[in-house]
Amino acid sequence: MYDFFHNTNLGIVLLTFIEALALLVPLLIGVAYLTYAERKVLAAMQLRKGPNVVGPFGLLQPFADALKMLMKETIIPTGSNRLLFLMGPMLTFMLAMLAWAVIPVNDGWAIADINVGILYLFAISSLGVYGIIIAGWASNSKYAFLGAMRSAAQMVSYEVSMGFVLVTVLLCVGSLNLTDIVRALKTIWFCIPLFPMFIIFFISTLAETNRAPFDLPEGESEIVAGFFVEYSSMSFALFFLGEYANMILMSALTTILFLGGWLAPFNVAPFTWVPGVVWFVLKICFVLFCFLWVRATFPRYRYDQLMRLGWKVFLPFSLIWLVLTAGALMAFGWLPNV
Amino acid sequence: MAFLDRTARSLLLGELVSGLSLTLRYFFKQKATINYPYERGPISPRFKGEHALRRYANGEERCIACKLCEAICPAQAITIEAEPREDGSRRTTRYDIDMTKCIYCGLCEEACPVDAIVEGPNFEFATETREELMYNKDKLLANGDRWEPELARRLELDAPYR
Repeated sequence: MYDFFHNTNLGIVLLTFIEALALLVPLLIGVAYLTYAERKVLAAMQLRKGPNVVGPFGLLQPFADALKMLMKETIIPTGSNRLLFLMGPMLTFMLAMLAWAVIPVNDGWAIADINVGILYLFAISSLGVYGIIIAGWASNSKYAFLGAMRSAAQMVSYEVSMGFVLVTVLLCVGSLNLTDIVRALKTIWFCIPLFPMFIIFFISTLAETNRAPFDLPEGESEIVAGFFVEYSSMSFALFFLGEYANMILMSALTTILFLGGWLAPFNVAPFTWVPGVVWFVLKICFVLFCFLWVRATFPRYRYDQLMRLGWKVFLPFSLIWLVLTAGALMAFGWLPNV
Repeated sequence: MAFLDRTARSLLLGELVSGLSLTLRYFFKQKATINYPYERGPISPRFKGEHALRRYANGEERCIACKLCEAICPAQAITIEAEPREDGSRRTTRYDIDMTKCIYCGLCEEACPVDAIVEGPNFEFATETREELMYNKDKLLANGDRWEPELARRLELDAPYR
């Protein structure tokens, strides 16, 4: 059996396929329940109860929503570019799924444990802009186009400061392999020594995933729904799934870089009994809760404020912190052995 | 100094944190939602809902066809026709309320000298057709029979203020 899965071509393909399914199915269920959690958390913070009618505590609500979405008609506007119009959401969704290939959910549990994991993630998340631009352009609608422009500008600007945060972490770890990064967190989670970077990274992920208070691309009060104004039914659902999968991905990345991935919070008995996957999921849930919490708290940024924050606050700040970190590592001889 | 103070405050994200702590406190608060079809909010005895025609305890209808309600109705939703009954008492032969015209002002209730027409506590009388909202005498009397205990209690509670 082992021989078949590891030494024959068919076996390797099958194994990868099974592994991918084992990751993506829980991920999609996670996405479904993230929408439910979002509604519940927002409701609770606004003194409401949220969905509680479909199933116990409204737990079947996401499936009811999905069913509704499937029943709807896919509308393709006459002026749109059919091919690109349909490609946009597919691209967004595919990229959101693709990025998960390198995420280690436990020690050694990554579909592709590659040495350039961080670069791969960064490349994929940058490609995500294309889905949005294509969608905005192919819709042939002013609102969609404005939304796409905003979204593209925003994702590009925040990626820069995110890049510096990543470089800082990489300096402290000495590896681009995500599994190695988590192993390096065994002594201390980076959210403590690199606390300011942790905050910057978290805020940048909010901007990167177009979440409140940076949800200008879909600013309801200004441009209706932004780049997916013209989408309906499954093509909309794909955008939706992609966006939420990206949220989970970014939380996973935050967890891996700063919150110790699958590691238990304390390296003592009762905590280490719990399997790593559980810790990983719990930490992701915590970060996601913060996403929702922030959404329930802050009003939307104005566009120029958003750009100012990205370029005039985060960029210099992360750059300075990067230089400081590098200097400290050199001065005290803490550079990791490579 | 003021500049330093301001910069330090904004760098430490004080305002953001206080905002977050506020929403977190609300997260654990008692929710204000009333789970409507299963739970209901309280209703005042003066609540003006669906109309009803009441009867005396012996089963005789109260309405004496004085048409004060018809006269006072600002929306002209009430139509009454009357003639003497065999026993010589004056009673309505037709008492219609067009519920789609009614503005639920309660003036009919105020005008009635015998507490015959009242607005009850019921506000769930939505229908699927418009015709069902043209109430006739039978419907109004049936409403009165259905809600009588509640109607009497409400009148009693509100009596000191009349």
